[in-house]
Order: sequence, then structure tokens, then C-alpha cells
Amino acid sequence: MASYRDYLAWERLPHLWCAGCGHGVILKALTLALAALEVPPDKVVVASGIGCSGRIGDYVTTHRFQGTHGRTLAFATGIHLARPEVKVICVMGDGDAAAIGGNHLIHAARRNVDLTAIVPNNLNYGMTGGQFSPLTPPASISSTSRQGKAEPAFDICHLAVVAGASYVARTTVYHVTEMQKFLQEAILKKGFSLLEVLTPCPTYYGRYNALGEAAQMLEWLNRSVIPLARYRQMSGDEARYWWRGRLVDREAPDFLSRLKGAG
Amino acid sequence: MATFFWQGNEACAYGAMAAGARFFAGYPISPSSEIAELCSRLLPEREGIYVQMEDEIASLAAVIGASVGGMRAFTATSGPGFSLMQENLGFAVMAEVPCVIIHAQRFGPATGIATAPAQADVMQARWGTHGDYQMLVLSPSSVQECYDLTVAAFNLAERFRSPVILLTDAALAHLRETVTVSDTPPPRHCRPQPEGDSALYRPYAPGPDLIPAMAAFGDCYIQRVTGLVHDEQGYSSSAPAVAAGLVRRLQEKILLYQDELPSPVYTGPEEPEILLVSYGISVRAAQAAAQRAQAWGHRVGCLRLRALWPFPEAVIGDWARRVRAVLVVEMNYGQLRREVELAVAGRCRVSGVNRYDAEVVTSGEILAALTKS
Repeated sequence: MASYRDYLAWERLPHLWCAGCGHGVILKALTLALAALEVPPDKVVVASGIGCSGRIGDYVTTHRFQGTHGRTLAFATGIHLARPEVKVICVMGDGDAAAIGGNHLIHAARRNVDLTAIVPNNLNYGMTGGQFSPLTPPASISSTSRQGKAEPAFDICHLAVVAGASYVARTTVYHVTEMQKFLQEAILKKGFSLLEVLTPCPTYYGRYNALGEAAQMLEWLNRSVIPLARYRQMSGDEARYWWRGRLVDREAPDFLSRLKGAG
Repeated sequence: MATFFWQGNEACAYGAMAAGARFFAGYPISPSSEIAELCSRLLPEREGIYVQMEDEIASLAAVIGASVGGMRAFTATSGPGFSLMQENLGFAVMAEVPCVIIHAQRFGPATGIATAPAQADVMQARWGTHGDYQMLVLSPSSVQECYDLTVAAFNLAERFRSPVILLTDAALAHLRETVTVSDTPPPRHCRPQPEGDSALYRPYAPGPDLIPAMAAFGDCYIQRVTGLVHDEQGYSSSAPAVAAGLVRRLQEKILLYQDELPSPVYTGPEEPEILLVSYGISVRAAQAAAQRAQAWGHRVGCLRLRALWPFPEAVIGDWARRVRAVLVVEMNYGQLRREVELAVAGRCRVSGVNRYDAEVVTSGEILAALTKS
């Protein structure tokens, strides 16, 4: 029986993330999911981008790839095509995945490349000092929107569905058991899977928007999400909440199968 | 021995196949598109992968990913695409990922003239990405050399664990010439492989020649690749000593072994008075002009550069002691001439024959310049 301990680079701990940051919870959920699936560490690549969550590769015993900002899925496409027997798990923050990497996300989902994308969404650029990202809710205070963010946000999960992903889900670090379950489903899914995980950034987003300390932010996240089925029945109040759940889980040929079929 | 009538782009694609390349990721762009088109046919026939990415940033990213997966991987592009690739070119330098970029230069800046030749990306190839590094750049001057130097580029990429850029141009890319190909496959240099206890493997511990052994993803040796400054374990570090050690090794692993690159080739009289220095498509006009001048009784020789970077400074310096003047023939406003001037260091006169009007240099122009030298 594998243990999550086998996937953690203990000698590298403690990690560099701030006290109260949710990234450590995501790291643990990932190691729990890999252990439950019994995937050997040498058959996993944790590929990440730039920003706080990009440092996740420093703390795992699996293969590690940290590319340039926003390009993780493009690198991962090459890794997967060269070594399809290896599970490639991509970790990209909200700025990385939705802004600079938005185009790569659309096309990785469209091709349905057999990759797992985890988007830890802490609602801002943490590493650079709390600027707003495309996923920051409108009117939020950030270090580049002191009067409130003027832009709307978008739903990265719906984007992935429309583009062609086989599996898309969203949860929060408050819902740890659900996160691990979704992660296992995403990793097992043949084709492109995306899991967005809402996670607190008490250092910046929480402080700027007066959401309290880490524990209060977790409570706030819990109050701010509505299960998908209930969310769909809401009328008028949806903008104040995030839905939570499995948005799509469907069968479609993945990119490599299509390539081999055409070849 | 077999002969083919290929254009430069075809010779690059067939050269890559002969060198064992089995992964191509690219984005269509003139004047390099024939390489992508040919690869989309040749690679599936060889159990290889052709993938057309959403842009050139993603193209080089996929190439790098496939290379860390253990494949010989490459891309082809031209100026605007090469500009987009600069980000991940630097990543390949830092992470020491072997890969080949075929860059068919076209007229610029910006969109320029998409189908017209230039040699104006010589400095971009050297310095285009940020930071302190060495770049390996080869420049073929015939279709035969497109084939031969593409093979060399893959071997150098594996030998040095580095990106290698093959600089052609719109004229050479579409020029058709006879190419001779040996029946025996070309010798293949492979990246050093880790050995021994997998628990002791350190992905960036330098081996002989300063090159670390390179595990592929999926091997029992755990590979850690990052564009951050990293220690020998592949873990990120911001310690000044680690940063200095890494930059020094990245420089020296190439500079100390520069003589392994294709050396400049001289043709002409034993004791020339004037030396033409050229590279790429311009070599052809330079050689024709030198021969004409020799027929008229002048001692004019031609030095053909095959590796542009690292610049063959010592070779040029030696020639500067033996000739009265050096003429640098190139299709730009004088990019490599400045490098020649640095190597010559005042020992002889240096001037340029430059064209920057989207046309190739002619031998007549060089002869006219020679009469003034």
C-alpha cells in the first residue's frame, strides 16, 4: 500500500508558502490521490508554471517540470506525447492558467490531450504582491485595483468544457475529501481534465478585501460556494457565488489516440 | 550513396530524420512551412510525432517537453516565430534541454517581407533571450550543407545538452540543388545517461565535460527540470554561489569545447592579400567573386563560416595577421562585421559588403567593393 508520505520530499519541508495559504492542502490532496491510485512516483511528472503554486515541484518525489509562465500545458503536451505511459499532472495558478496561459488551455482542452490540470485559484497573483487576475471577482480590491477591479471575471471551468475537455470540476480547499475524490477521477480520466480549486490567500486577497485570517477565509470560501445542482436552480443571485461540483465527465477520444488513428 | 534534388527546407527535414529526430512541433510560417509539411508526412511513417501547436511559444515548449521525455525533437520557423520562441529558448538553455530550431530567416523587422531573404537575425540568434549564456548557431550555405549541418545540429544539441539553432534564409530554404546522402546512417551522439543507484542520481551534477547525465521522464532516475536557478538536485535555489556556479558551468561547457563545432572553411590562394568572410547564402557570391578576382591575378580568398556562435574569434584573429584587408559579406546592415572587427582588433582593415533590400548579394557588388579595398 502506497502512502502519501512516499510522494512528499520531506527534506525540502517546510514549504515556502505563507501561513494560511491553501497550496499545502492541495499538495497533500495530490499526494493522497496518487497514493490511493498507487501510481509509482517515477511514473508521474508534476509540471507547474510560475507563481506560488509553481513551487509545488520542489516538494514532491515524482519527476518534476517547472516551465515558463503560462506554458505548462504546451510543455506537458510534448512530455505526454513522448511518454504516454507517464501521468502528467499540471499545476497552474489562476493568473498562469487563465491570463498568460489562456490560449494554451483552450487548445490543450480542444485537443483533449490526456493531461490533468489543477488550477489552484487564490483569486490573485500572490507571488508578485496581490495583483488582480482574470479570475479575481469584479470589484475586488487588489494591489492594482485599489478602487475595485473594473473587469469582469470568467469561469475557467466553462471555458474548458466548451473547448472540449473530458472532465471538469471545481471545489475548494475547505472540501478536502471532495478535492481528493475529484483529483483521483481527473487523474484516471482519459483525455483532458481540469480541476479548479478555490484556495485562500490571506496575505493579499484576504487582507485587501477584509476577509480575515486564514480560518475565516476558509469559512468565507465555504459560504461562497453552492453545490452545482442547487446553483443551477438559482435565479438572480448566482453572481455572488461559485458553483462547486463536477461540471462535465464525458468520453471522447484523446489526442494521442486520434493522432495514432490518423497516422 | 544516393543523390536527391532537394530544396533547402527538404534537406533540413531529411537531415533531421537521418539524425534520429522523431518529434516535430511547429506553427506554419513562410519561408519554413515546407519543413512542417514534410514532417507531417515523414514522422508518422517512422513512428514519430508531428504536432501543430497554437503558436511558436507552444511549439518550442512541446519540443522541450518531448526532449525531456527522451525524444530527439525539433521545430522550424522564421523571424516572427523565432521572436516568440525566445522565451522558451532561454528555458532550454537554463534547463539544458537538447533541441534544434531551424530558422529560415526572412526580411524584417516585424512582418517585413515574408518570402524575401535576409541574414538579419544573426544577433537575435545569439542574444535574443534574456540572461547570460552561450548559444550554438550553425549556418549552412548550400542545400548539401542544410542536410549535413542539420545532422550536426542534433548531435551538438545532445553533446552539449543545449538548444542549437540552424540559420538558413528564404533563398536557401527554397533553393534546389543536388544532395548526396550516404547509405550508412550518420554517426549519432547521444546525451549522457545516468548510471548506478537511482537514489543517488542528481539531475544537474556535472559529469565529464561539465555535462550532467540526463534522465528522461518515466525513468527510474527522478528528473527535476526547472527554469529557476537550481542546485545539482534540480531544486530551486537563490543562493549567489549556486547561481554563479550554474552560470559559469553553462558558459564553460560550451566555451571550453568550442573546437568541436564545424570550423570555418577557407578556399583561395595560400597567401591571400584580401580575405572575404561570409556565411549562409552570401558565401556563394563571395566565392564566385574571389574566383573571378583570382582569375584577374588578385590574391583574394574566402572564409566560409559554418558555426556563427560561439564566434570563431581565434580563427579570424589569426587571419587578421596575414591579410591586408577583410571584407565581411552579409545580407544585413553589418551585424557580423562588428564581431569580425572585435576579433581583428585593428590588425587589418575591415569593411562590409551589405545588402538590406530583400535581394541576395551578387558577386559583382563584391568585386566592386574589392576594387576599393
